[in-house]
Amino acid sequence: MNQNISRDAEWRENLRNSISAKQRTSIPRAIMPQLDPAYRVTCNHEVNQGLSAGQAVIEASRCLDCPDPQCTHGCPVSIDIPSFIKNIERGDFLSAAAVLKQTSALPAVCGRVCPQEKQCESRCIYNKMKKTPVAIGYLERFAADFERENTKVNHLIPNKTATKANGYKIAVVGSGPAGLSFAGDMIKKGYDVTVYEALHEIGGVLKYGIPEFRLPNSVVEAEIDGLRKEGVKFIKDCVVGKTISYDQLHEMGFDGIFVASGAGLPRFMGIPGENYIGIMSSNEYLTRINLMGAGQPGEDTPVLKGKRVAVIGGGNTAMDSVRTALRQGSEKAMIVYRRSLEEMPARVEEVHHAIEEGVEFMTLSNPIEYLADEKGRVRAMKVQRMELGEPDESGRRSPVPIDGAIDEIPVDLVIVSVGVSPNPLIPNAIPELEVSRRGTIIVNEETMRSSLKDIYAGGDIVRGGATVILAMGDGRRAAAAMDKAIIGG
Amino acid sequence: MSMFKIVEKEHFSEHVVKLVVEAPMIARSRRPGHFVIVRTGDGGERIPLTIADADVNRGTITLVIQEIGTSTKKICGLEPGDCLTDVVGPLGQATHIEKVGTVVCCGGGVGVAPLLPIIKAMKEAGNKVISILAARSEDLIILEKQVAEYSDEVIIMTDDGSKGKKGLVTAGVEDVINREKVDLVVAIGPAVMMKFVALTTKKYDVPTMVSLNTIMVDGTGMCGACRITVDGKTKFVCIDGPEFDAHKVDFDEMIMRLKAYN
Repeated sequence: MNQNISRDAEWRENLRNSISAKQRTSIPRAIMPQLDPAYRVTCNHEVNQGLSAGQAVIEASRCLDCPDPQCTHGCPVSIDIPSFIKNIERGDFLSAAAVLKQTSALPAVCGRVCPQEKQCESRCIYNKMKKTPVAIGYLERFAADFERENTKVNHLIPNKTATKANGYKIAVVGSGPAGLSFAGDMIKKGYDVTVYEALHEIGGVLKYGIPEFRLPNSVVEAEIDGLRKEGVKFIKDCVVGKTISYDQLHEMGFDGIFVASGAGLPRFMGIPGENYIGIMSSNEYLTRINLMGAGQPGEDTPVLKGKRVAVIGGGNTAMDSVRTALRQGSEKAMIVYRRSLEEMPARVEEVHHAIEEGVEFMTLSNPIEYLADEKGRVRAMKVQRMELGEPDESGRRSPVPIDGAIDEIPVDLVIVSVGVSPNPLIPNAIPELEVSRRGTIIVNEETMRSSLKDIYAGGDIVRGGATVILAMGDGRRAAAAMDKAIIGG
Repeated sequence: MSMFKIVEKEHFSEHVVKLVVEAPMIARSRRPGHFVIVRTGDGGERIPLTIADADVNRGTITLVIQEIGTSTKKICGLEPGDCLTDVVGPLGQATHIEKVGTVVCCGGGVGVAPLLPIIKAMKEAGNKVISILAARSEDLIILEKQVAEYSDEVIIMTDDGSKGKKGLVTAGVEDVINREKVDLVVAIGPAVMMKFVALTTKKYDVPTMVSLNTIMVDGTGMCGACRITVDGKTKFVCIDGPEFDAHKVDFDEMIMRLKAYN
């Protein structure tokens, strides 16, 4: 990318003037082509099919190329959104992808899983005009997919700018979104970067957590390959704090460490019967299916199946689990959530997709006990019906039990998806590291630096449970701050 | 780090195999009580195996595996020169070793393998170590010589009386407790065996520690498949254990959960 992409560039000015704002704003927002619900629940194919080039150019032309674009401020990794969109509009898709890669290590991932409606798209000028915002997420995915599908891996765009090696060695703990984003930035700055992963595959939650029908593994793999080509080293099967210690990392000559070990521990509710067979965490359920390929030919890992599946919780992971249950052949798959549909934290798109696919939503309901058959397999759950009371600290109206309203619902598989706690492995292994009461690593919010000078941290180990893009934003900030601390600037 | 070559193989009995595996990083970091997660082949399952021994100089760890299912069968079928696809560890909390006085170490079947490093460490810490090895019959008693090397006394119990005394491990434990003051019992073996050792020592109020081997996927706290109830609270064997106070473990629930995929 050697051309000028700034807003003042001649091509961009011409492009801006080629269509009037009135014309642009009269174009309806693109509709994402998607697989038919009846078909898609029979397989793992990706639901959203992606915009065609024609659709993408038209959608890109909706963007007004604002002089003071707010969308960029809504992006945790500050993607130069108008620049990539205008490149799509003029048909230079590879340059669009290059703009994305300047600030995001994983655009094809973010284009798929970011809650754009709460971030970039929520700041779009169209909202002020009471129109649907530019489909920034769809366009991001389009540009990243175009690049992946139309260039050979060894010709991947970035890094013509490949910086000279600066001689400093950096270790990254965990290969999820925070770790990958950090690694991508640091390698560009000239550091020698090694990423340690505890599992046998690279990608963290992108591999074990998010299902194939929402984020194909091949997409994640391609992004990781890109980082590998740029020089990032990946070492799997290595648990920092167990296989190698903090001291050993020093002996090995690492000058800085970024801890992005994720939110390891699944939470359970602590209600009677929760340890019966057939009740498991969403982490276990999704890991067995996504990472271990349970149920596919040639895979040894088993997973329990159920005819009547209840998923407890209302987040994205709950949606992923319940939609996975449908694809595993359940007859009835339901979300059991203690608040109402309105308070549900899951992305709107995921909830819509789940509804289209036939997921039932049992809202204002909270399980209080599980019952099992003689072999210990869960056979029913008792749910307490709730009503909404006063708003709580989160601003959402808090659910209050309705006296005596308890029902017994037959279920044979229960997936508990009520959140995660930070993995204690690293804090336990490095006792000097300051952690919060909740077990998260305490960092300076701007620099992501921990109480130890050479340790930075980001993602769920700091936040306790957030999104892919927030984790990536942490990675970027940590990279900038660590670079400044090491090189000075 | 992804070449976990098998350098030595020995058959302890028809279905019990000892493998010495190249894993230098793990060999260096492991302590008695630690376990690893092992995966064999592209479609392989992740299963936990307790580390029986390690040699820092050779950079190897020793695993003793009993053939009981698809994955253990695959692993037992490997020969020297073959590689395990993945070995991750050392995981779990190391055994708390200190001088307490007299320690009775009970190993049931293949459980003797993970018990051996604990016997060694307990002896080195200055304890009097009485080891009780139990199995169905003589040919299933493993590592007797190595255990004897670090034990003040070795008692063998077999169900059929083909070696040592005829009877269950609990009879052996009870004999020792009735005979002399025991400060700690360590039991590793099948869940049912550990349950009954716990019930026996509880009668005499002798502190007892067990090392549990439950179903796991990741082994690092992520999945919760290994959860058990200890003293009324849910604990994860992979990060809170694998060793627990035997008198507080809900063995019946654990035994039920072990059958989840049977």
